[in-house]
Amino acid sequence: MARATPSQATGVLGWLDQRMPVVDFWNKHVGQYYAPKNFNLWYYFGSLALLVLVNQILTGIFLTMHYVPTEEGAFASVEYIMREVPYGYLVRYMHSTGASFFFVVIYLHMFRAFMYGSYKKPRELIWVLGVLIMLLLMAEAFLGYVLPWGQMSFWGAQVIVSLFGAVPEIGPTLVEWIQGDYLPSGATINRFFALHVIAMPLAILGLVVLHLGALHEVGSNNPDGVEIKKHKDASGKPLDGIPFHPYYTVKDMFGAGFFLIIFASVIFFNPTFGGLFLEHDNFVQANPLVTPAQIKPVWYFTPFYAMLRAIPDKLGGVIVMGAATLILFTLPWLDRSPVKSIRYRGIWSKILLFTFALVFVILGWLGSQAGSDAQTWVARICTAIYFGFFPALYFVSAYDKVKPVPDRVTMHD
Amino acid sequence: MTKFAQTLSKILLGLIAATGLLSTQAFASAAACLPFGEAQTNPTDVPTLQRGAKLYFNYCSSCHSLQYMRYSLLAQDLDLTEAQVMSDLAYTEAKFGDYITNNMPKGGRGAAPGGTEWFGAAPPDLSLTARARGVDWIYNYLKGFYPDPSRPVGWNNLTFPNASMPNPLWELQGLQEHVVHEAKAHDAAAGAGGHAAEAACSPASLALKTPGTRSALQYDADIQDLTSFIEYVGEPAIIQRESMGVWVILYLAGLTFLLWLLKNEFWKDVH
Repeated sequence: MARATPSQATGVLGWLDQRMPVVDFWNKHVGQYYAPKNFNLWYYFGSLALLVLVNQILTGIFLTMHYVPTEEGAFASVEYIMREVPYGYLVRYMHSTGASFFFVVIYLHMFRAFMYGSYKKPRELIWVLGVLIMLLLMAEAFLGYVLPWGQMSFWGAQVIVSLFGAVPEIGPTLVEWIQGDYLPSGATINRFFALHVIAMPLAILGLVVLHLGALHEVGSNNPDGVEIKKHKDASGKPLDGIPFHPYYTVKDMFGAGFFLIIFASVIFFNPTFGGLFLEHDNFVQANPLVTPAQIKPVWYFTPFYAMLRAIPDKLGGVIVMGAATLILFTLPWLDRSPVKSIRYRGIWSKILLFTFALVFVILGWLGSQAGSDAQTWVARICTAIYFGFFPALYFVSAYDKVKPVPDRVTMHD
Repeated sequence: MTKFAQTLSKILLGLIAATGLLSTQAFASAAACLPFGEAQTNPTDVPTLQRGAKLYFNYCSSCHSLQYMRYSLLAQDLDLTEAQVMSDLAYTEAKFGDYITNNMPKGGRGAAPGGTEWFGAAPPDLSLTARARGVDWIYNYLKGFYPDPSRPVGWNNLTFPNASMPNPLWELQGLQEHVVHEAKAHDAAAGAGGHAAEAACSPASLALKTPGTRSALQYDADIQDLTSFIEYVGEPAIIQRESMGVWVILYLAGLTFLLWLLKNEFWKDVH
């Protein structure tokens, strides 16, 4: 297809560019992608999520070379990787720590969107694609967690898969169909392995491409929530924009370096993170005859797990837990505020968002506990507040006072 | 960043740090009773591990296998020769490259009599005990044995009540007597149930009655060595990972500093 502006490149690049829009692609997404110049700390988490994704894929490839997806072989093959594969322990810790850091990064990335209204028009699609990525990431993490076939793998799989049993009529059949057996077993490991290493990563990668494609079409939001495309210079470049490369490539590389220091500290000095990233019970091989004292998911699922447990009815709990994630899709259409950023919203909007974040963290803690009666009641209240946030946003965003939004972005450092 | 964003970021990062701290207490709360406190293990110190391995193979290995550990890896990590390992540590017909198994049949239904029949439960493999139960539990368990004629094998354990394992180290430690009964009865009479439980889980409830060949201090050091060895067996990589981590982080710190300078160089004209 002929392009309007064929590049002037020569040599290898020229040869390539005549056959594929290499230069155009680079310019559109990196070299001449104008990003607001006022990004703050919160804007590192997007590129960090990509970094962790690459880490997961690369380390995952090496793990699959030694992992054995069978009931007899799974647990022992993980120990084989930990002990006998040269640097296998490092690859495995990078993968297991990476899983937890993925959620740290993603949750902070999403909180950034909440703060600065990054989901608001014209960025609704970016948000919807992002929530989809989060959902697939959760599925991916759950599938991967089952593979080492420790006690928590088995009983976690048992609990989560049995949730599908709450579906009226077809529930029990559905559970057997998912597991390929009456209990989680070798058949389950085999199919979860296939989904974990092929299906989910492919889907996630595809969605990440769409997420970035949608972002680069409408342009990045920023902490002030002003559209930089409103003010352009004579050549059509946004006055408050700077080319992604080199400005944000070097800035994100610095962010990546800082992130890797924290990442490496965990990998080398506390890889189980006190039982939070690699749980103690998962160092015991799966045994369908012995139920662990407490079955709990890994920390990044605990907010949703707390909501599941807070509802006395099984089907009701499953619906609430599912709704807690799906309701995020509605966010762009609930927020009626004339401004995007929390900086220019009123005090009620700030209280509302802070409460939402706090309740999410409290639910996370509750979900990791055994669940006393008092805790269950706190979980119920927190679940109500979590869901209450969305209708509350609908009204608060429309009626809360707003401050005047500056015409141009502001720099704070 | 606005003040609001700054405050929020501080709070969120603080909470993330706090969850990490909370989780480290998960072991302690899961275990019922750890009367002897924390283990002071040293799983990266080779002489400690050599002493621990000696104890392990002399007193533990005939019942407890280390099924994910090879003799050859042990030799390599513990600075031992093949001859040393195979003549001094391995008491089975094993070859140097074999996993550390033992000759005890597991027993159980339909099988020839073995550990299940002799002890009520087959002695578990200890490859991953340190990771599943924690070193503090192992340390407390090994110090918590006392003779109890009411139990099938004649032994009981303060840390793990009604455990079916006799104390293989009794000649070293000597015999402890369980003296909590009177205190318990006394506290129960006073109506202080909580105190009774506390008294039951106290090092004072075990008194050394018959001394062993090792003094209390020596025996404690022995158990620390043995616990260190079991901790190392749970994760042999621990020998390499921490010392390597220092260099990795130093490298990353240097790199990040250079990247910071680079970023500042590019960004100095952005206002």
